[in-house]
This record gives sequence, structure tokens and C-alpha cells, in this order.
Amino acid sequence: MPEFLSELLNQNEIFTATTVMHYWGGLTTTVQLVFLSLVIGLLMAVPLAILRTVRNPFVSGPVWLYTYLFRGTPLLIQLYIIYYGIGQIEGIQETFWWDIFRDPFYPALLAFTLNTAAYTTEIIRGALMATPPGEVEAAKAYGMSWALRMRRIILPSAFRRAIQAYSNEVIFMLHASAIASVVTIVDLTGAARDIYSRFYAPFTAFIAVALIYMALTFLIVYAFRRLERHLLKHQSPLNQ
Amino acid sequence: MLDFHGYGPELLRGAIVTTELAFAALALALAIGLLGASAKLSGSRSARGVATFYTTVIRGIPDLVMMMLFYYGGQVLMNQLSDYLYYNHGIDFFVQFDPFMSGVLTIGLIFGAYMTETFRGAFLAVPTGQIEAGRAYGMNRLQVFCRIMFPQMLRHALPGIGNNWQVLLKTTALVSVIGLSDMVRIAEQASKAEHAPFKFFIPVAVMYLSLTAITELAIKWLNRRANAGVVGGI
Repeated sequence: MPEFLSELLNQNEIFTATTVMHYWGGLTTTVQLVFLSLVIGLLMAVPLAILRTVRNPFVSGPVWLYTYLFRGTPLLIQLYIIYYGIGQIEGIQETFWWDIFRDPFYPALLAFTLNTAAYTTEIIRGALMATPPGEVEAAKAYGMSWALRMRRIILPSAFRRAIQAYSNEVIFMLHASAIASVVTIVDLTGAARDIYSRFYAPFTAFIAVALIYMALTFLIVYAFRRLERHLLKHQSPLNQ
Repeated sequence: MLDFHGYGPELLRGAIVTTELAFAALALALAIGLLGASAKLSGSRSARGVATFYTTVIRGIPDLVMMMLFYYGGQVLMNQLSDYLYYNHGIDFFVQFDPFMSGVLTIGLIFGAYMTETFRGAFLAVPTGQIEAGRAYGMNRLQVFCRIMFPQMLRHALPGIGNNWQVLLKTTALVSVIGLSDMVRIAEQASKAEHAPFKFFIPVAVMYLSLTAITELAIKWLNRRANAGVVGGI
């Protein structure tokens, strides 16, 4: 940390170099948790959404059940079931999985991933269902196989339609990640709780962290707006 | 099969607390939503500014952080106010900031912001000709609002209110974190004491699922009623 910054912080009662570093650690944990769960969740959601649109109920049914259960119950309950439940699985304490899941980060990551994958599956499914039939017919007329059609026509078109709803899901996930602090993870909210209990200064501790979350939210909104403008360029008016 | 180790009645009481919390927060959110939508659609620039600031700020902050700010911060503010009133004016006034109140306040404020957007869109969906017709009949602004705007707006707002309600219901689980004895907190305590997480959390999850399912039916019924006068195309 630069000299003048630490000098400035030393004059402040609460925001000393130690607490700022505590917030910084929380920020990196939050960003890691949210980013990883979003990426893995998205990778899971694309095949699940395709399966969800299959006509055979034995294929789409289980996916429907999965999204229904994970969207119909609070994320906090899912987190508790995974966090407390994993230790209850017989024999897990002898396997290497126990070394991984003993750290609360990984149960939380699992819960967040399964949750965001369920929501994203439904978002992508909606976009897939809204594919104009003409696009599919044209692809078929060109003699494209199912896989080629999916890769070149249907999925890119669906992603463009899904991006608006997906940006909301990303923000939702960032905000939902605050509950990681409940299972002893020191994320941004966890850091704020620590600082609150050390100084008994609720406003300073929580408003500071609220401002960080707000900055992150606006950053996400801005990034998605840029991405949207890039992806939907063909739809924008000519003289702009 | 269902053995709650004697926690059954307490879990049921927790479920009632959850439902009360959800309905109280919904009432507050609907009131704030109507106010916010009126502010956003009003001619006053400052009212629009305040409403926009409110909805923007709320959407940037996680619900849990806000809940903690209200719960821990609210008590500190209350203590200061109480001290001030007592020493300067001799008034003995004190309110204990309990988790239930903080929960209703936070969830109501958060969903008030979402309801504001829902109501705003719904008010805009009422054709201006209808309002002009009401004015032409000699109705005053309040009459136009009660007889024309509100009933027609409701039809457009109901699907949005339904979606917000489903999210609101799940958000109530967070209040267990600041110490409200709702069903989530009781399940957590019971599962810790009995070392049986699945036994307590899965019934609570099923409870949430059935609450959303029941209220979804109710919203469908309300929707049908609100749309009774609409000639459907299909």
C-alpha cells in the first residue's frame, strides 16, 4: 500500500489499513464466488435448456423438476441443506471430498451454482422457444444437420434474446451471494459483519459495504449494456 | 416417517411467522409501490427525482446487507433519539427494534421499489382516452383514480405483482439470519441439535413450495376476475 494512503488511513478510526484489507479480502471472495458459480451455472444451463425443450417428457420432465425445485425454494434453504447435509453423507469423511467440502466456500459454491443454473436454464429455454420458425426452416432448407443448426442458428439467436434477462440474473446472484456470510465465509457482507461487531458502528460498516455492492452492480449493468449494444448492432437504427 | 423430535409444533408456529411476515411486507410494498409510481408519473420534478433515486439505490444493494443495516443501525438510531427526547424534552419514548419489524421494513422497502416499476408500467397501459372521458363526465381526480385508473391498472399490474410476490416469499427466509424465529431458524436450530439437516430443511423447503403453489392459484383466480370484462382474442 502506498505511503500516503496508509498515512491517511491511520488518521481514521474505523477505516484503518487493517479493516480496508479485510474489506478487500471480502471483495475478492465475493467476486470469486459469484464469478465461478455464474460460469459453471451457465455451462450447465445451455445443455439443460436444450433438454428442457425436447418433446419427450422423460427427457424434459427431470429438468423441469430440477428448475422447479431450485426456483421455488429460498437459496438460503438450499445452502443450509448442502452445507449441513454434506457432512451427513455416510463415509464422506474418509474420502478426499471431505478435504474439499470441509471448507465452507465449496458447499456455498455448489449451492449458488445449482441455483443460478436453474434460473439460467429457464431464461435460455424461453429464448429458445421464441426462435422464429423461419430461421429454423431456412437452416433446414440449407441442409444443416441438427447439431449444425443448433450451433450456427438457434443458439446464437437465443443468446441475443436471453442477454437482457441474464443480466438481471447476474445482478441477482451478486446480491444473493451476501448469504454466504451466514455459513462463516468472510465475503463482503461477512467483512462488514466483522467490522460492525468490532467497532459497534453499524452505519459505517454496512453503508460502506452497500456502496461497494452498488458500484459492482453498476459495473455489471454497464458491461451488459456494452455487450448488448455489440450483439444487437444489426437491430439498431442506421443513422445513429 | 415424519418424526420431528418434538419440534413439530414449533416448526408450524415458525411457518405462521413466515406467512405473517410475508403478508405484512407485501402490504407495505404495495403501498410504497403505489406511492412510488404516482411520484414517478407526477409532474413534479423533485418527486420524480426522489422516486428514481430510491428505485436505483434499492436495486444496487443486497437484501441481507440492507436488513442488517436496518436491524443493527435502526436500534442505534432509536437509542440516540430516545436519549435526545428524554434529556431535552423529558419525553420517555422507546421502541425496541425487533427482527420482525426490521424484516417487514426491509422487505417492504425492497419490494416497494419493484412494485413501483410494476405499477408505473400498469398505469401507463391505461389508455389516456379513458381518463379524458372520465374528466369529461365531470369526475374529479380522485374519482377518476378510483373508478377508472385503479381498476384498469390492476389488470396490467397483477402478473407483475404475482412475480414479485413469489420472490418476496423466498426473501423472507433471510430474516432468520437476524434472529427472527421463523421456520428457517427453527429448522436450523433443530437440525443442529439433532444432527439431522435433511429431516428439518426438506419439510421447510416443501412448505415454501406449497406456499408459492397455493398463492399462484390465488393470483390466477384474481387475474381471471380482473380480466372478466376483457374480450379475449383466443
